[in-house]
Amino acid sequence: MGSKTLDLWAGIFVFAGIVALFMLAMKVGNLSSFSWSTNNYVLYANFENIGGLKVRAPVKSAGVVVGRIADIRFDNKDYVARVTLSLENRFQFPKDTFASILTSGLLGEQYVGLDAGGDSEFLQPGETIKKTQSAVVLEKLIGQFLFNKAEGDKK
Amino acid sequence: MNPVVKAIPDVLRGLGGWAIHGLWWLGHVSHFLLEILIHSGTSFRRFNLITREIYFVGIYSLIIIIVSGLFVGFVLGLQGYNTLQKYASEQALGVLVALSLVRELGPVITALLFAGRAGTALTAEIGLMKATEQLSAMEIMAVDPIARVVAPRFWAGVISMPILAAIFSIVGVFGGYIVGVVLIGVDEGAFWAQMQAGVDVFDDVLNGEIKSLVFGVTVTLIALFEGYDCYPTAEGVARATTRTVVISSLTILALDFVLTSFMLGGW
Repeated sequence: MGSKTLDLWAGIFVFAGIVALFMLAMKVGNLSSFSWSTNNYVLYANFENIGGLKVRAPVKSAGVVVGRIADIRFDNKDYVARVTLSLENRFQFPKDTFASILTSGLLGEQYVGLDAGGDSEFLQPGETIKKTQSAVVLEKLIGQFLFNKAEGDKK
Repeated sequence: MNPVVKAIPDVLRGLGGWAIHGLWWLGHVSHFLLEILIHSGTSFRRFNLITREIYFVGIYSLIIIIVSGLFVGFVLGLQGYNTLQKYASEQALGVLVALSLVRELGPVITALLFAGRAGTALTAEIGLMKATEQLSAMEIMAVDPIARVVAPRFWAGVISMPILAAIFSIVGVFGGYIVGVVLIGVDEGAFWAQMQAGVDVFDDVLNGEIKSLVFGVTVTLIALFEGYDCYPTAEGVARATTRTVVISSLTILALDFVLTSFMLGGW
């Protein structure tokens, strides 16, 4: 086989590899929904309890992904979790937006849901969301339920 | 004297010899790698040598990689569905298939097949070149056999491995799709959506490719070394080929554990 044909086949092989990698990134992975950090802005939110929230979990508003969790820290002064949300620039939220930690499905991953408020002013980059709701901890919920039940039985 | 006590010095000698031989082997391989890297400049300037070897190493392994990938995907789809449906979460089949392929099975099985398909061919080829004194003939003509024969094959293996692993993974995902969605009837939207939500480009896809690159270096290096180092007889070549498969398979599996524990960030 001539050297030209060999080169052609090797080229086809490498090209197939690049196509496979591209498909892995776009079709299998989440590169297509990945937002590059250049046109993002940052908001903060303090939660009493974040449950199983993880870094890079989605931030959704009305079920649509508008950003991702950039960082989760523990605030040793107020004893709360300080979550850094990285949102896309094109999405602006009013000042009285409500942030809550929700679960997709019964056993699915946790994410931050933003419910837009009615304020005419928007949250500026670097501001902290005031109104937050912690994750629902199943054990606490069950404990409360059992406690209420016991209380009810007494009466 | 007690025969057990009598045997102890022999056992100790054996162990010591085994350990020293292992260290010697490791040093020899490292020296060989260094030699290849030093002489790589020449083979990059004559890149057609590398393309030629990519053809023999990569394209010839393509069929076995695609067929195995397809069947591994089929089996993952079946097994995954069987287990997941017990928990009524068969929509997670996409994530299961994609993550197991991209993170583990893609790089590892490709490397094992690559060792069997291309590694043995490299060992046998170089071993035979040595047995028929072609390498010595090159040296006499002032052609460095490492620069002319070994380095292009090394780089061809290193380039081919990640490509083959990527092809294996994508074909496997497609196989899982065929069994899961087309044959069993898992919801197509959920299959792809959960997969895209669950697979991270950098944590999963890129780490899998890094793994396959490391395996590519390992397998090709071991195969070339065993060929270059073999006894120049028919039996020597046969033994070297066997050793290539055994050593590279074990190294791949051990390295896989080490790499995975680094990537998952356990330590």
